[in-house]
Amino acid sequence: MSRHLRYLIPLVVFGVLVAFLGKGLYLNPSEVPSPLIDKPAPVFELPRLHDSSGHFSSRDMLGKVWLLNVWASWCVACRQEHPLLVEFSRSRLVPIYGLDYKDDRDDAIQWLEAFGNPYVMSIVDLDGRVGIDFGVYGVPETFVIDKEGIIRYKQIGPITAEALKNKIVPLVKQLQG
Amino acid sequence: MAEDPVIEARMLKLASDMRCLVCQNQSLADSHSDFAADLRQEMREMMKQGKSNDEIVKFMVARFGDFVLFRPPMKSTTILLWFGPFILLVIGGSVLIISLKRRRQRVAEAPLSAEDLHRAEKLLGNQSGEEHKT
Repeated sequence: MSRHLRYLIPLVVFGVLVAFLGKGLYLNPSEVPSPLIDKPAPVFELPRLHDSSGHFSSRDMLGKVWLLNVWASWCVACRQEHPLLVEFSRSRLVPIYGLDYKDDRDDAIQWLEAFGNPYVMSIVDLDGRVGIDFGVYGVPETFVIDKEGIIRYKQIGPITAEALKNKIVPLVKQLQG
Repeated sequence: MAEDPVIEARMLKLASDMRCLVCQNQSLADSHSDFAADLRQEMREMMKQGKSNDEIVKFMVARFGDFVLFRPPMKSTTILLWFGPFILLVIGGSVLIISLKRRRQRVAEAPLSAEDLHRAEKLLGNQSGEEHKT
């Protein structure tokens, strides 16, 4: 009897292969996982968008859970998530800070006036150097950072209602304690 | 402003070993995307600061992950990726050799009787006779 079972081995191997390949079809290669999850967010200090003489230091955020949303006025996909962000900011669950990435200051200010401003504050990353430290390779991206300044989650691409409901909001609530 | 040709050459060589995350089949050297241009500039500056190729690679991997390298690193998680095909080849080859050997044994165990041998020779003789007719 076991002699005949041996002929099932190629079928089983094939089945396992199909399972792996099938799973692969659902993976999105443009979503590169961040190696910074559960690692400290890069410390940075940058000028503010609306008050160019003022500065923002990420160290000021220690002790608070916050969202850092990377955006730009030239970014089309940002318009997709923006209404969601504006509405989410009204819930005042967690402060949202904007990282204005490789943008023109006036364009950025006008963009926020036209589409709404969900940010407690926007910070200007003119040459994208801070973006590089955060591993930003596209816009928009959003980071959830905890009270110790550790990155706990990265949203690649626009925030969706599903991501907000299933990932970001529960995580924020959990981190806030 | 002219760039130092030595650093430029070194940077382009290193950049060709790294993947552009935006145009993922292109290297950082080939890609025209802003992202690649930014990283090339970053590499240029790091080289001017005297950083080694190794340090620059570590910098990139720390921020963008292993995927930024064209050649996956040798880690416990990637051993199967590197050696998997060879392992499968060895397994498949062994199974083939073993089953061929077994089959040969079975064939050798059935020698022809004298009568069958005579019949076979007659048939073969007829065949070659027909071939010479033309």
